[in-house]
Amino acid sequence: MNGSILGTRVIRLEDPELLKGRATYVDNLEHPGALYCYFVRSTVAAAKIASLDVARAKELPGVRAVLVASDYDIEPFVPFFPLNEHLKRPVLASGVVKFVGDPIAMIIAADRSTAVDASELVEVEYEPLDAVVDMEDALSINARQIDPEVARNLVASVVGGNSDNPLNGAEVVVRGRFENQRMSVAPMEPNSIAVNPDGDGDEGITVWVSTQMPHVIQTKLSSILSIPKGSLRVITPNVGGGFGGKAGVIQEHVAVVGASLMLGIPLRWMEERGENLISMQGRGQVQYVEMAISRDGLILGLDARMVGDAGAYGGFGGGLVAGSTRSMAQGVYSIPKIRYKAAVASTNTPPIGALRGAGRPEATAFLERIVDMAAAEISMDPIEFRRKNLISSTSFPYQSVMGPLYDSGNFVKALDAVAEVSKYQDLRREQLRRRQAGETVVLGIGVSCYVEVTAGGGASEYGAVDITPDGGAEIRVGTSGHGQGHPTTFSMLVADTLKIPLEKIKFIQSDTKEVPRGGGTGGSRSLQLGGSAVNAAALQVLDVAKNLAASHFEASVDDIIVSQEGTIGVAGSPSHFLSWTDLMDVAKQAGVELAYRGDFNQAGATFPFGAHVSVVEVDLETGLVRPISHFAVDDCGRVLNPLVVEGQQHGGIAQGIGQALYEKVYFDAYGNPLNSSFAEYLVPSAAEMPNFVASNTETPSPLNPLGAKGIGESATVGSTPAVQNAVVDALSHLGVRHIDMPMTPERVWQAISQGSNGPLWSEPPSIFSEIKKSDSGSAPEEVDI
Amino acid sequence: MFPSSFDYVRASSVAEAISILANEEDAKLLAGGHSLLPLMKLRLASPSKLVDIGRISELSYIEDRGEYVAVGALTRHRDLEVSAVLGSSVPMLSHVASLVGDPSVRHRGTIGGSVAHGDGASDLPAAVLALDATMVAQGPNGTREIPASEFFLGFLETALEEGEILTEIKVPKIHGGWSYQKFNRRAQDWAIVGVAAVRNGSTKVSLVNMGSMPLRALATEAAMNSGASISDAAALAAEGIDPPADLNASADYRRHLASVLVKRALEEASSS
Ligand SMILES: Cc1cc2nc3c(=O)[nH]c(=O)nc-3n(C[C@H](O)[C@H](O)[C@H](O)COP(=O)(O)OP(=O)(O)OC[C@H]3O[C@@H](n4cnc5c(N)ncnc54)[C@H](O)[C@@H]3O)c2cc1C
Repeated sequence: MNGSILGTRVIRLEDPELLKGRATYVDNLEHPGALYCYFVRSTVAAAKIASLDVARAKELPGVRAVLVASDYDIEPFVPFFPLNEHLKRPVLASGVVKFVGDPIAMIIAADRSTAVDASELVEVEYEPLDAVVDMEDALSINARQIDPEVARNLVASVVGGNSDNPLNGAEVVVRGRFENQRMSVAPMEPNSIAVNPDGDGDEGITVWVSTQMPHVIQTKLSSILSIPKGSLRVITPNVGGGFGGKAGVIQEHVAVVGASLMLGIPLRWMEERGENLISMQGRGQVQYVEMAISRDGLILGLDARMVGDAGAYGGFGGGLVAGSTRSMAQGVYSIPKIRYKAAVASTNTPPIGALRGAGRPEATAFLERIVDMAAAEISMDPIEFRRKNLISSTSFPYQSVMGPLYDSGNFVKALDAVAEVSKYQDLRREQLRRRQAGETVVLGIGVSCYVEVTAGGGASEYGAVDITPDGGAEIRVGTSGHGQGHPTTFSMLVADTLKIPLEKIKFIQSDTKEVPRGGGTGGSRSLQLGGSAVNAAALQVLDVAKNLAASHFEASVDDIIVSQEGTIGVAGSPSHFLSWTDLMDVAKQAGVELAYRGDFNQAGATFPFGAHVSVVEVDLETGLVRPISHFAVDDCGRVLNPLVVEGQQHGGIAQGIGQALYEKVYFDAYGNPLNSSFAEYLVPSAAEMPNFVASNTETPSPLNPLGAKGIGESATVGSTPAVQNAVVDALSHLGVRHIDMPMTPERVWQAISQGSNGPLWSEPPSIFSEIKKSDSGSAPEEVDI
Repeated sequence: MFPSSFDYVRASSVAEAISILANEEDAKLLAGGHSLLPLMKLRLASPSKLVDIGRISELSYIEDRGEYVAVGALTRHRDLEVSAVLGSSVPMLSHVASLVGDPSVRHRGTIGGSVAHGDGASDLPAAVLALDATMVAQGPNGTREIPASEFFLGFLETALEEGEILTEIKVPKIHGGWSYQKFNRRAQDWAIVGVAAVRNGSTKVSLVNMGSMPLRALATEAAMNSGASISDAAALAAEGIDPPADLNASADYRRHLASVLVKRALEEASSS
């Protein structure tokens, strides 16, 4: 492929607009005449609403309306995917509130300040109920049952694997209880929506919304609000970060659009930072993991009992423990016997959704912790232990015990690559030197290997390419990129096939009027599905073009070529070439469209993988951890634009460091959120980041013509446990075997002082003995999140 | 969030600001706004009127006055950071200013605002305490001077009276060693615990975020001034102090950090 731009570092076409602050988001678009919405939220985690009085708020000048649940005629709905058929979300809480932040009324006012003033005039009397805050407590016999239909607060459960007794007869068993803490999704741009009930002219209703999935919003809103899908246009301008938090609809979307239709007025709503931090949350698992190994370091069996927190109203993310955490529980290792049980609990906390990786990081986190504990138990180097147990590169496609078929992989190659690039042996020597010198700042080296699953859902996507009269091209695609580089990467595919320069390619997405269908962007699905669809469309267009040129020049199609200059003609006959503009005229005369619109279907999921090494310093006197370098080798199949892939790796590493060291959502015993601002919810900044060294191995997927797998979440999956393992490794000579995330200075200091920051093991909740079979709603792994 | 509505007036001189304050019940001074505006946005403060003194240029200066350096109350953190006068005479103040928040905070926030706010978790109040500075206040009844040791009275409470404006801070020059230890998880954050140590003849040690206001480590100071070893003196850092607990640190951990940081600070101050 002489002169192909594929595989080159093309600078992102969309960046100048974003970097100069000229990009438009929902809230900085003009919405003429739109009034402002603001939600009154529950201040208690669990209560009956004894009375709700909005009369004074309604009287405040500038207030147009104050709506409560009974003002709406909307059935409770499923925001994204059902976890338990009984648990649905009402548009506003009615009768009871189930978490702090649960919306109970909506103010509509002429400006934001007035709306907030009015909210202070709403009078609510609560009759408090016992708040069920902790997911393990929720499953105990003594806990208050939150929802009448959900006994023991057990929203869903799953039993998986191939063994009833995976630890039987083992020489060595290691066990640990690991917390995969609840995190806020924390996008820069909070949720935001605007609606014009009159649309533009005869278009019906127009909604602008910050989402990862405009077509899902269109489908959901039209079914929840009983309006024909065709009369609802959904437009998504730039999105300031999704990270899984903007999948599906939220009840605020429904409340705002529902009110706009009811009152016939345009409305707008922008979430505040504090609201965002307490309403978009992910992760939240407690993992009881036991691993059986032989004395010489072979893994013999795995027993995992996992608790997932769904929060209130059966948040779909709670089901990930029964979905992708389960399906990826075998990971990269050859594990002959596995038993996997998961229990998902309802709690009086915000509903759990997706967060970058959505279930896969949780799987890799527990595996990589238990593997490190196993290696430490028999005093084997963590890389050596892993190498011994990795699935061999000759076993692909590989049938996992947990269900999935891994499409392609070479796990050993990635591990070898990261050991080499990180100079692993030198790091070990420096670690030893510091220990022997009795230095107070010690070195920790953390290793992790991972495999994850992408595009495991419907695995179909829409893509179209139209040649324009000026000889350029328009791409339309059903994915909905929001920072991942699609305008650049997808345009590169068209430029490469049709030899149309990048600046003449227009990239169109995220508007249901322009793009008839689409699955949006989530679960690292976009390039392999949307990109493949665009690629296929470009090839189809090329086919049409060649046929046109052939008949125009009365030549054989086989002799038609596209030149590097972007002209089409007969090979070896320089005078017989047409530009794309000329060809458009030819097409017009022939009554043929120089365009193709279609869907790409992929036969199954793809499985990106990789290996990371993280290096940290730990101050033994204070417990402060300082990341000093992070090496990532991520394999996402064929790399189309290394710059874009590296960007995803860097962001993923940063987010992994965030979970490992900084971020956690805290509640008090009554369910009050304790860190609902960026002063208390600690997202690390560039200043805390170490040097990143990101590279790739390339093992193409056989499942799509690009050979592509997802990269959007991989680095988060791989980096988090590497950082966690590095901190534990730094303290291993003191007898420390585990520290839960986030590894705050205080937790690390406790571990240093006590040799651990808590018991390594305790018995899992008794509910596991009652879970004999799977009982969950449509498993969230069926969709791309 | 959005603050409650308020009136706004810009004062062009100290005298004008004093007279507006005298005539308005619920008015508050606005300097850099980086403590006050966050409180207003959370509706934890709802003044009826803001008197903006942020552009009174007569209050922004750093002057060598022989034994001390005079710093105008409206001097921005950033100006402290890069001041040549402070660099040679009170380098600790420049260093402390360079550790406050992030660049945008340092370009807006003022030393007067920080000291007048009197937050026990802030860096500059503890610094002026260890430096034994003197605050100059101007009010309807004239000008008075308040030593740092008598300035901080409690949670966000200082010796400034209603209607008084902090105009200047007189900072004695440092002739001996000094150290400022700020312990935080992210570069932009407030200190979880901070320690300022100044060896200017006697030893003064102050603590950040170990109580509701900036505190002196009196037991440590006494031990140092009577010849105890640094380790022994540092072990007394939290003596008689009841530190707060929050998501970043329990009270016990704060006590531990205080002694580690005091030890580091004293060692550094003694070696320079
Ligand atoms: C994101 C962020 C991070 C921060 N990080 C840190 C940090 O790490 N360390 C730290 O120490 N601080 C930090 N701060 C606080 C910052 O330093 C503030 O600027 C400073 O504390 C207040 O100064 P100001 O000029 O902004 O005061 P303002 O907010 O304008 O005023 C504060 C209070 O003092 C009063 N006041 C102001 N000037 C005077 C005066 N001359 N006389 C009498 N009263 C007056 C006001 O009425 C008000 O009550 C941070 C702030 C933010 C927003």
